Amino acid sequence: MRIEVNGAGHEVTSPPLTSLLNVLREEMDITSVKAGCESGGCGACTVLVDGRPRRSCLTPVVTAVGSDVTTVEGLGTPDSPSAMQQSFIHHYAMQCGFCTPGLVVAATAYVDGGGTDDLDSIAEAISGHVCRCTGYNKILEAVAAAVKSSEFDLSSTAVDKNTVVIKTGGAV
Amino acid sequence: MDIDVRIPDSSQAAVADFGDGSDVSVMAGGTIMMNLLNSYRLQPSKVLLLHRAGLSYVNQDGSTVTIGATTPLADLAGLPAPLGPCAANIGDPAIRGQGTVGGNLCAVGSDEFPVGDLQGALLALGATVRSAGEGGERTDRLADFLSSGDNRLVLEVSFEVPSAGSFQALRRPHTKHFTPLAVSGARDSSGGIRLAATGAGSTGVRLRSAEAEADNPSEAGRAALGDVTLADDALASAWYRGRTLPTLVERVLEELKEQA
Repeated sequence: MRIEVNGAGHEVTSPPLTSLLNVLREEMDITSVKAGCESGGCGACTVLVDGRPRRSCLTPVVTAVGSDVTTVEGLGTPDSPSAMQQSFIHHYAMQCGFCTPGLVVAATAYVDGGGTDDLDSIAEAISGHVCRCTGYNKILEAVAAAVKSSEFDLSSTAVDKNTVVIKTGGAV
Repeated sequence: MDIDVRIPDSSQAAVADFGDGSDVSVMAGGTIMMNLLNSYRLQPSKVLLLHRAGLSYVNQDGSTVTIGATTPLADLAGLPAPLGPCAANIGDPAIRGQGTVGGNLCAVGSDEFPVGDLQGALLALGATVRSAGEGGERTDRLADFLSSGDNRLVLEVSFEVPSAGSFQALRRPHTKHFTPLAVSGARDSSGGIRLAATGAGSTGVRLRSAEAEADNPSEAGRAALGDVTLADDALASAWYRGRTLPTLVERVLEELKEQA
């Protein structure tokens, strides 16, 4: 049984009904995928399967065979983050960070699916994700900004540890 | 112990693998079953995975809509009320992409977890269920299927497009494991009104007393309380459900009137 994760193949050694979550974490050391509630209610284990958000805790690994699985590691790197990851950084859309990978993945699917910057629509898109730090407003702002990222260039925005230059036309 | 995992590649193969259903656990989207497996509350000997069984489709033939058992809830969002809005109210995009019609119908939970959100909407639509299992294939009215408790493999669900439909639920600020309380209503082509609730019992339930008072929405709302056993759980107390059910019934009937 072989699965494709972030563009690389992996030979699964766990039994077929093992959750995709456990295979990613225990076999592949992909620990961005969090084991939160492990019952579908918190959103922290969300990954993309063929571009669509899925709860990896509720996905038997055998059903992912033949599909492309993407985790937050597959969206960008620390040196070259994706537009959504950049936006989360710029808008300080995380505190402890536990819910962040799931949120970034779900928000990416929302934007790729033609989602708008309407805050109610964004709230519905991420309604399955619990942030115990309750930083929801910053998260909504980050996703809305990423939707509008074509209007300004997030990728050229310099980010260093001390200075964050934000080119959002003043809409921060 | 190794679990016998079957992945049928057609509905016929799924029916054959299911057999009479004894000792078989069926998994479609996994949103209910994986929960039980992850927590070892279920330790099955044989599991039937349906994701390749070709049972995911929504067909409309004239006024009849037929939905395959493994159709994800997300694919129902565009269907007429009460079914479309009911499906769109479940979980979040990830859960709606995974959870299926058949799984939701078979989610005969407990008073503690009334998880079958679609049951109310499909009861209001007078849906029928085609299933396989002991004695071969058969088609039942949904109400009979739910109350029989038979262990059968759901193949598809059918209903007639209503002339009017409405879905009202308690406001949902965040995804919940199930809808605490919702009321569905539909008027069929001959003018008959069906009402049903979810979150007011272990399965969806018809509100027959309220239907009898359908011309008077506020009377109907009060009458609905006689049709249900209100759950008392962390999402909503029985008292709260009792206070809100009449309002939801009233709103559904008003909305049906407006579509007359």
